[in-house]
Amino acid sequence: MKTTTVKNVLVCVLALLGLLLLSGCGQEHPFVQKTAFKDTSSIVIKFAGPVDEGRAKDISNYTVYEKPDPDIKLKISQVELSPDKRTLTLTFERELNQKQPHMISIKEINSEGRSLGSAFVSVKKLYLGYLFSVLIGAMLINNFVFSKYLGLCVFFGTSQKKSTAVGMGITFTIVMVFSAMMAWFLYQFVLKPYRLDFLQIVVFIGLVSLSVQAVDTILRKLNPVLFKAFGVYLVLVIANCIIIAVPLTLAANEYNAMESLMLALGAGVGFLIALFLMASVRERLELANVPPTYRGLPIAFVVAGLFALAFLGFSGMSIF
Amino acid sequence: MPATTKTTSQLLFNGILSENPIFRLALSMCPAVGITTTVMNGLLLGVAVLFVQVFSGCTIAAIKNHIHPRIRIPTYTLTIATWVTVIDLILAAYLPDAYKQMGIFVKLIVAFAIITMRLETFACKNTVKSSFWDGLGMGLGFLLGMMTLGFVRELLGMGTLFGYDVLGVRPLLFFVLPAAGFFCVGFMMAIFNYVELAYNRSKTAKQS
Repeated sequence: MKTTTVKNVLVCVLALLGLLLLSGCGQEHPFVQKTAFKDTSSIVIKFAGPVDEGRAKDISNYTVYEKPDPDIKLKISQVELSPDKRTLTLTFERELNQKQPHMISIKEINSEGRSLGSAFVSVKKLYLGYLFSVLIGAMLINNFVFSKYLGLCVFFGTSQKKSTAVGMGITFTIVMVFSAMMAWFLYQFVLKPYRLDFLQIVVFIGLVSLSVQAVDTILRKLNPVLFKAFGVYLVLVIANCIIIAVPLTLAANEYNAMESLMLALGAGVGFLIALFLMASVRERLELANVPPTYRGLPIAFVVAGLFALAFLGFSGMSIF
Repeated sequence: MPATTKTTSQLLFNGILSENPIFRLALSMCPAVGITTTVMNGLLLGVAVLFVQVFSGCTIAAIKNHIHPRIRIPTYTLTIATWVTVIDLILAAYLPDAYKQMGIFVKLIVAFAIITMRLETFACKNTVKSSFWDGLGMGLGFLLGMMTLGFVRELLGMGTLFGYDVLGVRPLLFFVLPAAGFFCVGFMMAIFNYVELAYNRSKTAKQS
């Protein structure tokens, strides 16, 4: 019974992931099909149709900067248009730091006499790879429990048995993904446009309690078996500070939808990994001869400290 | 449950000693591990928690008769969130450097179990005055716990206190590492346990 419920959950999560993958990868301007880095100091832009040569070759039509520093404009040395007038190559004076996403704004694109307005597009290296690095980063390199020291109350409370640890981890991951996506949506489309950022904390905590309540109600009606297995952990989710830390992080770093999803997923899975590791050790500790003063929480803290030291080995690692 | 009959000083010391949030109740461990690398950090976050604890306790005690029992918890959460926003903005405006060091933890006060717990078990049943003293006691207990940890870690790790050089050497740089926070809290709890065990043993020895 238990394995089927776990499988059900996995299928749900994968379906959600697939859906978001399909919808999240569009470019920002309909006429710009593709942007990519080329060599060390060029960017290639592909258009959906031919563009006017005169306008396209004017260097002053383009402004390019790295996403974190909009004030530092990068100098373009050359603009080339391919013979079919669909591919544009911008060459820069200096080498580009390809780890950072770059933003390009193009003034007034003209195609066959029609004006298509200005475009504002971003260039990122290996977008999927970048997403993967956000995921792994949240999961291992900056593991929320062992490297950022969050969610400890629940961590020590539910890591006594492996079965509890897995149940808590899975419930937490689902609620985390759910509430992080809603938080991202609210932040980007309500809080930011209306300059209400200072209400972040109030809105996010309300959102988290709401989504816990929503998951509770939906699960109870939809799948009573699943609810029986994971319902008890739902209340604990809200006492976990990771669940409020992730929305705050994604708001502070201005992540887009896919990056937020990956961060939330990484945080959830990272918490699951931490819980499982800890539970395995604590099951062994039950059999060990621990001095009476260290029994219970103190020894658990020392074990967590050793884990944190081990996780320190991941720090500074970068993927792609 | 009837309102508390404890006196002001009993309420105050209850939070500092017998129900110390960090070492006795083992609640709100995240900041205790995460940012107690210096005494100053511990002090500042302690003050922030004290502020939120006292004010949200008073708010809930003042409006306790108007809260419907079924929306009790959301009300608590929103009250805490409001006061956290206040202290967050104040710290960001007046102490930007320290605020940067504490990072996300000031905002995370909203999820600290200790504050919600005190509202649920104390403030919703008592008067504003006793809630104020209870909040002050709990907040001071938290503040002292944070400062003790910060004291040990800063002294052993950097050889300094409040940024001033005290020892002249750095005995154990290891204690500045974030991972050492876990060890520190673990050892501290073990010491508390040891004292308690020794105390109980001497008590039973006297009786028999």
